[in-house]
Amino acid sequence: MRALFALLSGGLFGAGLFVSGMTDTRKVQGWLDLFGDWDPTLAFVLGGAILPMAIAWRLTEGRRPALGGVFPPKPELRIDPSLVGGSALFGIGWGLAGLCPGPAMASLSYGGVGGVVFLAAMVVGMLLAVPLRARLAAMPRPA
Amino acid sequence: MIEPDWIFGALGGLMIGAAAALYLLANGRIMGASGILGGLVDGSARADWRERGAFILGLVAAPAALFGLTGGQAATHLTPNLLIVAAAGLLVGAGTRIANGCTSGHGVCGISRLSVRGIVATVVYLIAGGATVLVFRHMLGVI
Repeated sequence: MRALFALLSGGLFGAGLFVSGMTDTRKVQGWLDLFGDWDPTLAFVLGGAILPMAIAWRLTEGRRPALGGVFPPKPELRIDPSLVGGSALFGIGWGLAGLCPGPAMASLSYGGVGGVVFLAAMVVGMLLAVPLRARLAAMPRPA
Repeated sequence: MIEPDWIFGALGGLMIGAAAALYLLANGRIMGASGILGGLVDGSARADWRERGAFILGLVAAPAALFGLTGGQAATHLTPNLLIVAAAGLLVGAGTRIANGCTSGHGVCGISRLSVRGIVATVVYLIAGGATVLVFRHMLGVI
């Protein structure tokens, strides 16, 4: 049952990425290109996506997930080097190619050799992150 | 003037948000593409591999079906420079796992919950992505 709903959610996510045009790297790089031919489409996508999700977060209050378990607790308010440094690395890669993890998977069937190379490199990057994360976590935290 | 791309963007965005809402309300999980794949890749989430695998199956299969149904016109327009593609993939994979989230997890799921960590991550990767396009497109002319 959990797998079925995950399949449905993944399918809807993929279809949404396809319809929104977010698997087209030109549109993503166009959004990031403030000093060139700026493309505002991504703002409509993000705005459209936040709306149902904001309602969903409201619905979680005082309830439990339909398939059991508990809802993820709100993360503690901690802005650490991992969050900022990791997001900066991600942003550089996102700008270079115009792909982030969701669209990279969603476009696998029509992304050609480049799409496969990106996905393979992304998987390697995810494996490299394991020791990096451990090292960052061991760093002394500012009081 | 409203462009058709913006309407498709908002429509696709609503679908992405609905997918995230379904994953949250049914399975009790945050729909984050990098986390769902990353947990499978580094073995940190072996217990729920079925759920994650099913999500990724849907995420790849639905756009593949839509690509066929719409006459195979979608394209990622990814740069043919595979060195840049590989570097970008590495950065996206490592960065999202170090930051514990990407555009879907920190962006869609985090902002809709008014999570400070999600908002900070989003601001950082937007700035890093914008700076990267500025440098690599307008100064170096390589993307």
